[in-house]
Amino acid sequence: MQILRSLLFRLASTAVTLVGVAVIVFFVIRVVPGDPIAMMLPPGATEEDIARLTALYGLDKSIPEQFFIWAGGVLQGDFGTSITARRPVLDLVLGRLPATLELSIMALVIAVILGGVAALTGTRERGTKVEAGIDVANGMALSVPDFLWALILILLFGVAWPVFHISGRVTPSLDLPFVTNFYLFESLLRLRFDLWADIVSHMFMPALALAIPLAAIIGQLLKQSLKETMHLDYVTLSRTKGYGENHVIIREALPNAILPTLTLVGVQFTFLIGGTVIIERLFSYEGLGNMAIDAVINRDLPLIQGIVILFAVIFTVVNLVVDLTYALLNPRLRHA
Amino acid sequence: MADLYQVENLRLSFPDLTRKPLLGPAPRTEILKDLTFTIPRGEILGIVGGSGSGKSTLGRVLVRLLEPSAGTVRFDGRDITHLAEAELRPLRRRFQMIFQDPMSSLNPRHRIGRLIAAPLRLHGSEDPEKGALEALDQVGLPRSFASRYPHELSGGQRQRVGIARAIALRPDFILADEIVSGLDVSSQAQVLALLEQLVAELGLTLAFISHDLSVIRRLCTRILVLYRGEIVENATTAELYDNPRAAYTRELLDAIPLPDPDQPWI
Ligand SMILES: Nc1ncnc2c1ncn2[C@@H]1O[C@H](COP(=O)(O)OP(=O)(O)OP(=O)(O)O)[C@@H](O)[C@H]1O
Ligand SMILES: [Mg+2]
Repeated sequence: MQILRSLLFRLASTAVTLVGVAVIVFFVIRVVPGDPIAMMLPPGATEEDIARLTALYGLDKSIPEQFFIWAGGVLQGDFGTSITARRPVLDLVLGRLPATLELSIMALVIAVILGGVAALTGTRERGTKVEAGIDVANGMALSVPDFLWALILILLFGVAWPVFHISGRVTPSLDLPFVTNFYLFESLLRLRFDLWADIVSHMFMPALALAIPLAAIIGQLLKQSLKETMHLDYVTLSRTKGYGENHVIIREALPNAILPTLTLVGVQFTFLIGGTVIIERLFSYEGLGNMAIDAVINRDLPLIQGIVILFAVIFTVVNLVVDLTYALLNPRLRHA
Repeated sequence: MADLYQVENLRLSFPDLTRKPLLGPAPRTEILKDLTFTIPRGEILGIVGGSGSGKSTLGRVLVRLLEPSAGTVRFDGRDITHLAEAELRPLRRRFQMIFQDPMSSLNPRHRIGRLIAAPLRLHGSEDPEKGALEALDQVGLPRSFASRYPHELSGGQRQRVGIARAIALRPDFILADEIVSGLDVSSQAQVLALLEQLVAELGLTLAFISHDLSVIRRLCTRILVLYRGEIVENATTAELYDNPRAAYTRELLDAIPLPDPDQPWI
């Protein structure tokens, strides 16, 4: 009951947030200088051409009027038509979404594995040089932003020792049998490991660049809370019961140390998704972020709106998932 | 062998991080200074002393959560002073420990039944669940508690679960560190009576750390008085009360509860 009520409340407040985001974005991008029509037309277009096109995209009306036309469409699932691509915004955006989702989730998985291993190793070897080394590595990983990691990785594994692809999502000459845009996932389902390997080899560096700072945060925070948990009486007691160090850390300490990390990872994951914009650009990865940059450069107003709304939806869904997981994992909430 | 524990010239020091120089190792402070004593089988040994005198540290050495810096600790004739964790593991069943705070002593995620049964399974019990239920019987808790979570119990009940977890393993020795300090007076009396009864029934040897001399006097057969990491008195309860030899012991007996000699009153 309690959970259901708070879920309904969350959904309602999510709706309000989304409306707020929509309003702000809509007005801001229209106030910012830059005229989409001017960018579309070849030099030497006549006044009439400009007026005709402006009317075609509804840009001759007042901004509030434009907003209500657009919002009315959105409520019916119509996000308008991209000015540059001349295709429905919804199709474009949903077509790119799988690429960005796969990249972000791959990055999250890498970050959790790297950060988790660092935290567990650091806890096991607490007080030794190994722990000191892990702290130094964490500090370095944190103080370099993701796009610099991207450049470092490109230099290392793209140029100096070219083992990974540095651009695109898949080798263009390959024949793709996919019906969805979830290439990574679908290639696995179809057991096409050759394609899967190609896709992973394209994704690996951008995903790693996104993952490194998050891995450092996970490693640091989880190690901290693991070390605190290791001092709790019941953890000490499990040692006196005869359990080995690995059992004590993983089975006793970890489940209770993981909660604070989980909340933070939720927040950081939304930053990571934000980071895909620049990382996708650097690796020419055909995802939402790359499309967002093009849309901004071309002042493609409907497309910008669509992408921003989609990002906002993703962020709120991530937060919701984190909160639900937190409630599931927290014994005090579960049995209350 | 009459003595379960034989402790000789035990020393233990910790690095003192407050005095650590910028480079190089921190100087060490000695917490336990040259302790020699034995714990005869079947005795209830009271360990008393002011706050910070090293009682808990000594207790943790006895159950080998801490490794001594010098000296020897023999358990049942076997030198356990520097045994590695892996060598200790099969022995650990035999010396158990109960902590002061019954809530933090129990993993909040597990039911009582599992909390008692899991260590039994680890040590190769045929039927851990049955062992857990029997342990609940022995500490006077209903068997239905096996399916409860720790937060669904009162403080006294949780402390009984802590005792049940210890005795279920059929240990030779139990270390009880201030186990009744957090309880109200009537739960205190019940837990102490239970402990006394179990020690007699199961032939346990018990070390009981406490600030409370009235409790120690009732429960313990021998008393060890620690003062700043040194033993100032080691006598039977009767001897100690009739004829306290150390000045510090007299002070202890006169002034209960005892403030830390180094700390001003707050
Ligand atoms: N891990 C540690 N590192 C450094 N110093 C420690 C450590 N554990 C304990 N000490 C110090 O050792 C001394 C003895 O501590 P201990 O916990 O054994 O005292 P105690 O007699 O149990 O006190 P209390 O009655 O307050 O529980 C204290 O001065 C304490 O600060
Ligand atoms: Mg203590």
